[in-house]
Parts: sequence; C-alpha cells; structure tokens
Amino acid sequence: MSKNYKTVNVKTPSIDGKGIMMGRPAYTEDLAPKDALVIKVLRSPHAFAKIESIDTQKASELPGVEIVLTHKDFKRNAYTRAGQGYPEPSPHDKFPLDNYVRYVGDEVAAVAAVDEETALEALDLIEVEYKKLTPVLDFEKAKENESIIHPEEDIYEMFPIGFDPKKNVAAAYSMEVGDVEKTLKESDVVVEDSFYTQAQAHVMLEPHTVNAQIDYQDRLVLYSATQTPFHVRRILSQTLEIPLSKIRVIKPRVGGGFGGKQALHGEMLAAAVTKRTGKPSKLTYTRKEVFESSCTRHPMRIDMKIGATKDGKITGIDCYGLSDTGAYGEHALTVFMVTGSKVLPLYNKVDSVRFHGDVVYTNTVSSGAYRGYGAIQGNYALESIVDMLAEKLNMDPMELRQKNMILENETSPIFEIMGEGTEGTAMNMDSCKLDYCVKRGMELIDYKNKYPRRKTDGAKVRSIGGAIAMQGSGIPYIDMGAAIIKLNDDGFYNLMVGATEIGQGSDTILAQIAAEQLGVDVSKVVVYSSDTDLTPFDPGAYASSTTYVSGNAVLKAAKEMRSMVVKEAARSLEVDIDDIEFDGTTFRVKNQEDTLSLSDLSNRLYYNEDQKQLVATGSYYGTKSPPPFMAGFVEVEVDLETGEYDILEYVSVVDCGTTINPELARGQVEGGIVQGLGMAVTEDVHYAKNGKLISSDMLNYKIPTNLTLKKLTTEFADSYEESGPYGAKSVGEIGIDTPPAAIANAVYNATGVRIKTLPVTPEKILKGLKEKEI
Amino acid sequence: MKVNTTINGMKRILDVKPDEYLLDTLRRHNYLSVRRGCDTTSCGVCTILIDDKPVPSCAFLSVRAEGKRITTVEGIPKEAEKLSEHFGATGADQCGFCNPGIALSVYALKKSQKKVTAETLKHYLTGHLCRCTGYQSQHKAIKEYLGDSNE
Amino acid sequence: MKISNYHKANSLQDAYEVLTESRNHAIIAGGGWLKLSSRTVEKAVDLSDLPLDYVNETENAVEIGSMTPLQKIVESESVKSLCKGMLTQAVAQIMGVSLRNLVTIGGSVVGKFGFSDVLTPLLAMEAKLVFYKQGEITLTEFMAQRGRTDDVLEKIVLPKTKGTGYFKKVAKTPLDFSILNLAVAVSDGHYKIVVGSRPSVATLCEEAMDYVNGKKTLSDDDVEKAATLVCENVKFGQNPRASEEYRKELAYVYTKRGLKEVRDCES
Repeated sequence: MSKNYKTVNVKTPSIDGKGIMMGRPAYTEDLAPKDALVIKVLRSPHAFAKIESIDTQKASELPGVEIVLTHKDFKRNAYTRAGQGYPEPSPHDKFPLDNYVRYVGDEVAAVAAVDEETALEALDLIEVEYKKLTPVLDFEKAKENESIIHPEEDIYEMFPIGFDPKKNVAAAYSMEVGDVEKTLKESDVVVEDSFYTQAQAHVMLEPHTVNAQIDYQDRLVLYSATQTPFHVRRILSQTLEIPLSKIRVIKPRVGGGFGGKQALHGEMLAAAVTKRTGKPSKLTYTRKEVFESSCTRHPMRIDMKIGATKDGKITGIDCYGLSDTGAYGEHALTVFMVTGSKVLPLYNKVDSVRFHGDVVYTNTVSSGAYRGYGAIQGNYALESIVDMLAEKLNMDPMELRQKNMILENETSPIFEIMGEGTEGTAMNMDSCKLDYCVKRGMELIDYKNKYPRRKTDGAKVRSIGGAIAMQGSGIPYIDMGAAIIKLNDDGFYNLMVGATEIGQGSDTILAQIAAEQLGVDVSKVVVYSSDTDLTPFDPGAYASSTTYVSGNAVLKAAKEMRSMVVKEAARSLEVDIDDIEFDGTTFRVKNQEDTLSLSDLSNRLYYNEDQKQLVATGSYYGTKSPPPFMAGFVEVEVDLETGEYDILEYVSVVDCGTTINPELARGQVEGGIVQGLGMAVTEDVHYAKNGKLISSDMLNYKIPTNLTLKKLTTEFADSYEESGPYGAKSVGEIGIDTPPAAIANAVYNATGVRIKTLPVTPEKILKGLKEKEI
Repeated sequence: MKVNTTINGMKRILDVKPDEYLLDTLRRHNYLSVRRGCDTTSCGVCTILIDDKPVPSCAFLSVRAEGKRITTVEGIPKEAEKLSEHFGATGADQCGFCNPGIALSVYALKKSQKKVTAETLKHYLTGHLCRCTGYQSQHKAIKEYLGDSNE
Repeated sequence: MKISNYHKANSLQDAYEVLTESRNHAIIAGGGWLKLSSRTVEKAVDLSDLPLDYVNETENAVEIGSMTPLQKIVESESVKSLCKGMLTQAVAQIMGVSLRNLVTIGGSVVGKFGFSDVLTPLLAMEAKLVFYKQGEITLTEFMAQRGRTDDVLEKIVLPKTKGTGYFKKVAKTPLDFSILNLAVAVSDGHYKIVVGSRPSVATLCEEAMDYVNGKKTLSDDDVEKAATLVCENVKFGQNPRASEEYRKELAYVYTKRGLKEVRDCES
C-alpha cells in the first residue's frame, strides 16, 4: 500500500548516530559523578543457604568504606524486579537484601566505598555464616520438591497467577479450546515429542549500570540503563518507601537491552546507598555479574502433540510446558503464557487446542524478560513438530503450513482467552501477509531447487529448513504510552516521550512519525525521551510496543499540535480555520496571496501578539495487539563426519505493516535473526554440580560473530495495519523467533537427526548420526 | 608510576598503578568513548589504537604506554563522523556501544593502506562483537566508507 | 593478576636476574590473559623494551622474537612460506586482530596453555626455542619440562623445510577457544601429527607417527589406521566445550583428512 509519505517509510538516518560514533558521553556510566561512591555486592557462593549470621564490623571500619548494607538494614517489603505495569503479574518474592540466598550469585550484602579497590577489599572482610540447604537444580524435579526455595511467609501474588511457593510453583496456567484429547484420538496422524530450550543470556554490550545522587531539591535522582524508567521509579518508591514525587529516574543512552534491562538490577541498592548516605553512588555490574546475577531467558521443556487428517489438515495441538523461572519469579506467568498465545494461533483452523503447565522455582540464575519472551521457546517446539508431522504425512512442510496457517481477516479463539497475565482481547487479523511471506521466502531461498538437501563435496550436505512466526504489538488495555509536543520560537518542535530508546531507534522513528504529521523535516523535531520528571508516562521498551503504542501516542499529539498551529495561524491571518492550507512550514489562505510561515507564527506567539505556549499531548493504549508475522528460511551445509555446520544464508520475509524506518526495521529483524541463531547454534549454558554457572563470561558463553553466517536476506511484505501509526505494527521481537526451529529443521533435512534440545551443536548432531548407524 | 604518553596528539603524563589497565586510566581521564564491555578481552568495545594499531585497552597495562601514541575515537572526529554517515545510511547504528571501537579498527585499517576484500574485512573485524545489528549492515557501511576514502 | 612492582628489563641478563631473584617475580609477555589470573606478583618483568619483536629469515630457519605479537606473525611472508602456511593459518584464527596485536608468541609458548592454537603447529614444525640461560632446546623438550620456567625465552626458531602442513581448529565461533586442534606436517617423507586442546595441552601422536613413518607409501587404509591410533593412544578429556568421545571423533576425522591432504600434496 504505497502512500506518499515524506518522512515515514523513507530512508532516514538515526538522529543520534553521529554523536554516538564520535564517542560523546552518553551512557549511564559516562554520566556518573566523579566522586560517586563505588558499590560492590557480596554474592552468594552457595546455591541455597540461610544466612545464620553476618558481621560487617571489619568491613565498615576499613578506611574509605562509607556504608555496608545487609538484610538487617531493610524493611521486609517484598517486591518483584520484573519492571512491569502495576499490579504486576509477577510474584512479589524478592527483598532488597534477604536472609536467604537462593542461587550462586544472589545478593548477600553491599558495600559503598570511595573507590572500587576499597569496596572489593571490604567485601572480603564481611563475615557470613551460612547454613547450607539442599538446592533444587533440576527444574523437572522442582515441583513439590521437599526443598522449598521460598519458605518465607511475607511474599505474595498481586492477583491470581497460580502462585504456590510451598510447591516451588511461581505461576501456573491452563486453557483449552474444544476437547483436545478427543480430537487427537480421532485424528488420522498424531506426532508428539518433547523439546528443551536453554537459559539464553542477553549479552547486551553495556552491562547493567546505575548511578544515584540527591539533587539540590533533596530529591533522589537515578541515572539508569533501564528499559522501564517509570516502573523503576514506582518500584523503588513502593519498596524503599520513598514518596514517588521524591524520585526522578533518567534513562541516558542505553547500550542494548533485549529485555534484560526491563528488570531492576542495581537500582535498589544504589538508591538505598545514596538515600542513606546522601552521597552520590554508582553500581556497574561486572560481566560476570551480568551473567551470574541478572536474568536469562526462561529455560523450558515443551511437550507438543499435534494431530492431522490424512490429507494434512491440522486438527488439534496439545501443548504442555514446564518453565524454569530460577530463584525468583520475574515474568514467570507472562513469558509462559506467550509460549502459547503468540505461537499456537499460527495454526488457527484446529478443532481443539490446549495449553497448560507450571512455572517452577529452582536455585539457579533468575529468568526474566528476553526478546521473543516465550514465543521463541514455543516456536521452536511447534515449528519442529510441524516438520515432523509433514514427514509423517509425506507432505512438504511448507505446503502443510500454507494449508493450515492463519490468514488475513481470520482469527483464533486464543486471542480472546490468553493475554499477558490476564484474559486476552479478541481480534481479527486485519493485516496478515503471512501467505506472501512464505511464498516470497521460498523464492528467495530457492526452495524448489534446494529443498530438502543436496550433496556437495565429500562428506558435506547442503539443506534447507524453514519456520513461520508471529508476535504482538503491545499489551492491549494495559500499556499506555504518551507524548508531548512543544512548539518553539522559530518554528521547531520538541517531542517528549516516555518511550525508551535502548538502541533500537525509537527516538528516530517517533521523530519521523511526528515529522510526517507535522509536515516538517525530522531535524525540526528534537526528541527527548525517558525522564520521569520531564517526559510523559510510558511503560517502557518491552512487549513490542514502542512503534505501535508510543507511536500512536506521538501521532495523536502531532495531530493535536497541527490543529493548534493552524488555529493560531487563522487567528493571525484573520481568516477561518477552514481557509488555511498548511504544508508544515507555510500557512496559505485559500484563493489568496496571504501567507505566514510557521517560524513567523511561532515568533509572534512567543514575543509579539497573542502570546502563548503551544503544547499538545497525546496518549494511547491498544485495544488490540496486531501481530507482525514472518517466514524464515535457512540454508546450512553439514559435515556428516563431524556434525559441524556452516550457515550459508538466512532469508526473512516480514510483515510488520508499514516500516516507519525501513533501514532500522531491517536492523531489528537482522539483529533478531542473529540473536536467535545464537540461541539455536552456539549459546550453550553450563552449570557446575554445585549450581554455579560455568558459562559466566564471554570466553565461555559464545554469541555470534560476524563470521557466524554468510548472508542475511531480509525483505518486508507490503502490508498496512489500519490501527497502527501510518500502518505500522511492531518489529522489535519478531526476528528472533524462527532461527531455532529453522536450524533444527535444516539439520534434520541434511542428516535425518532431529535435535530436540537447544542449542543444535555439532556434537549432538554427530551423536545422532552415530546412533542412526547402529 | 609516571607514564609519559601522547593521547590524541596531546602529550600527557599519567600517574598509574603497576597493575592498572589503560581502559581504567583513560576513562578516569575522561576519554569516555573507551568502553567496558566484557572484562575478558572478548568483545572489542574497549579497543584503542597504540601507535596506530588496535589493541584491547582492558588488557593493555598502562605502564606500557610509556612513549606510545594512544588514539581514542575522540582523536579522530572527522573520520568518525564520516563513518557515522555510512552507518546511518545502512541502518547500522543501533545501541552504538561498540561503534567507537569499530571506528578505530576501521581507521587503523584504512591508515595501514592494506588492500582488503569483503572477506578479509570480515576477518579483520571479527573481534568486534555486536549484539544488535547482525553485522551485515555494519559491513556494508564500512565497505562503503573504505571505498569512499580510497577515492 | 595483582602486580606490586613493575620492572622494565634493559637486557636479557637483567630480565633473567630479576626473574630468578624470587619465585614471586614473573615475566609478563603480551599480557592478554593477565586479568584472568588471580595470582599476586611482587615484581613483573616487562620485556617490551628489548629487541625481541621481529621475524627474521636465516639460511636454514625463520626466527621469531619472543615478544613478537601474533598479528605480526599472521602478516609475515616468511612464516607463510613454511609448511604451506600452517602457522599463519593457526595464528590467524586466534581471537581478533586487536588481541593478536597484544598477545606475543613467547607468552603463548611459555604459558603452555591447554587451549593453545600455537603450540600444535609449532610442535609439528619441529620448532626450537632459544632461552637466555638454557640456550637452544627443542619445543618437545620444553614441553616435557615441569614446573615454573626459570628462564627468559629469546626466540623461536622454525627450521625451513620443503615440507607441507595441515592445520585444523574446531571451535564454536572464531572467538572461542578450540574444542580441538590438530596439525599434520610432512617433510622428506617424515610425518608429524599433533593434537591440542584435547582439552589438555598439545601433544605429539607418537604411535600414529611411528606407524605412518614406517610405511613407504601411505594408503587410505594406512591413514585410517593412523587416525585410529591417534584416538587410541592420545588422552582426550571432557570439558563444557565437548565430551571426550566427540573429541576422539574429531581427532579421527581430522587426522584422516590432514594426512590425506599432506600426502596428496607431497606426491
């Protein structure tokens, strides 16, 4: 749907790229006061233990130590680090510091000192007596284990989420459409299997970092590398009992988040140190702390059972999930629900579908939000089993998908049943070009000639694998984003948004949306984002909401501003509003010579006549969450003697509605694909027997490099979502979902080995090949 | 210990400890483009140039900077700006945390006047991890920048 | 690593004297992995002022100064001309350019790291080491020495041969340590087979070498037998990167491929 946009859907460089490349101070740590106290955290060496005693005297007496904090220094206000809207769908099961430690790396105490060396020395002087408890390290043995990870009585759920800590259950969910057992019993063909996904780490290059200070108005000011400044402010206020009005949270430039910075990490301790000492403080996680003590993707076991008629109509899907939330329940329920709600509707023509299971606590690193948010786990399981079903039906797997997948103007009952933590919202797929994405993707990968495999040199085989995916665009009726646009003298605008730029380019695309509506160049819209004092509310950068939710808010504000300036121009030119034609820079009176520039109007408004400040506000919450869709195809070359494989090309065809910024949208997709490939291929997680994470640095946890794959081909479907700003849907998460299943399917097509535990390593492939020989 | 060095063309005498690394020294002296990413020489965001060669500042002992020329991205503003235009054109800038390190490596490559193919360029930059872009847009931008500067 | 004092050596003798003054003194080479060590060193001896950063050719050898950064070796035509560029290929696969500009060949050799991708080809190339005190010894002899190296490495000497070589690194990503590395070299019909990162340090596969070197010509069956001997006689282990079994499979396949490649290249 080609519209004549001037700014939207037009190649536009990001508004901040130059300053960032030139290395100007922009990130949280760059902005810390030079005299800030350095905070270091004493972390648990045990997977599960009770702190019997803790003696901080020697540490406190060390010259240069300002304060030592332990659990005794905090009132027991249970909270969740999740960084979600309120009331949170995550259990309040965490204390700023606690007398229990629940994983290796859990917080025991914090020291603030004049420098890092002193702080580290003080940590060594803290004497802790632990009573070791039996840890639960295997999530399949967690439920109703005799070792109870959260025995404390003062933790709670905000509303029913299936929270049952005495059974080590953080959340539980169950839903069914039709009678799935009956449907599957009556199906001609049934395939079932279990799939395991690992605790992928975000590995954003900027570690978690925060600094705090008390300003001259005696308010607590935090600079934080966060995706959710407004939630951070609220959670600090509730937990530390500081009035909300006394806290300001500023989000500077953020060096990547991917969900990892939705949660609170150092904020609680930095706020506590500065509040108590009155002195500025900073806390930057070491890379080891990022791995060991922040959060990861929820590892899951997913049992999929799928049925079909002989001619390939999928009749029913039964999905049981067991999700491992680690020591704390951040995003326990919602990630789990997305595993069903943003995966199962892909095959909407089934007679019955069931999704159920538990999210359990274990004594491992806590799980949390991570791009893909449950969908990537579910997608791997579903899109693997669909290929397995196709084989059993003796049918091409893409043909099976085309026959059963969701199409434009269709719906799925799941949308109404499942939301994020609550009931969902019924919606039709007003824009869904999934059929085009599949068709075009097959052309681009040359499916006809390359599927399923071709022999190349010696022991090498090339093969193709594919998968389809969907995501959402914000959380309907829950997440509200807002924008303020201010006109300045000389006729340029400020756009203030709560929306949180974390490197994904939201400041740029929101400026484009405003500029398009206001008819000006992007350079005339100066963006300021994410400062709880100065910008309007926004939930933050998560749930694929910024373009759709915050973008709609910006559009509303821009429309309002446009009508305001037209009204003022009409007053100045002494004509009716309807007689004004406005191209963004010049007002013209219909059928007359009279003109007025926006610059002159602005100067008049601020200096000369009818003086006033023009400010427009827009806020928006979704009443649906239109999914972006995509088809992904990968070509691999497998060495049948070693199991090693090269990734030759990844083709993505995406329907995200209008791409507000085509290059940045491509960046979101390609970045997502490569992150998904990391999960599919190299990002292996290892724990020692005592529960200590081994893969806790970048030497041992391997993310993709620029040699991981040879070629990325990315295209967008021509699509227009009526409810989105200029037809846009989300694009932040959709890219990550397909690689695990596509890789597993391609490897199967090359080798006949089905890998059901991520990542798909050469060693597992070779083991499968050897087992086949026997 | 006192170290005589030149940073971005300016002579500086730095006071450092024997086990201090340049990453910490430079950040302390407000060269904030030099970033801390991984602590294990694995990511490339702390890259600086020592006598025009890229090295990870997180593993370079500050005492060894005696008599050396250090370049951070603050020292090559024109080149960084030019590269940023190419990044902008291909949509290669996302969080940007890795960008200054990349800019320095690319600048060193350009200055060395080595002939590079698309493939050798990839190998040259492998040490620079990026979690945002998927790399392809960065490469396109860098190729165009090097092509430009060859003219 | 914590370093209390820093000493910049002004001669090899000076370096040697300060090093041997105390067991708490240590030579720092490139320093690439200093941060990973929790050791406290009373005095660090820095060789970077000594003229040890070079790649020189003599009539019979290529000599590499111990403080030569790995990237310089990658770029050296002299090194590339040896054993079909085996060492060049191995070193070029070690991490990224910037780390290779820092890390020195001397540090990589003296460290005797299990994960080393340098020792494997050097053993296959029959490298010799020249120490300040010990003088020239073979790398094999050096590998057999236990405990701390109380000497200063001056240079590595690579004999020039007409031979050819094969090097393979198996790793998850180019920025990872090897799951396994393997080198095969042949010179005047004499084969060397070396396996490293097994995950313990590189070793010559003596039984397989004896078998291969006992043959006049090398048939495909001989190659398979040699590969089997590597798996049977070399000790492999497991770590989070791979199991013992997988390492054996890799050693088997790449010994086969390596032997065939150099055999076919020789004839």
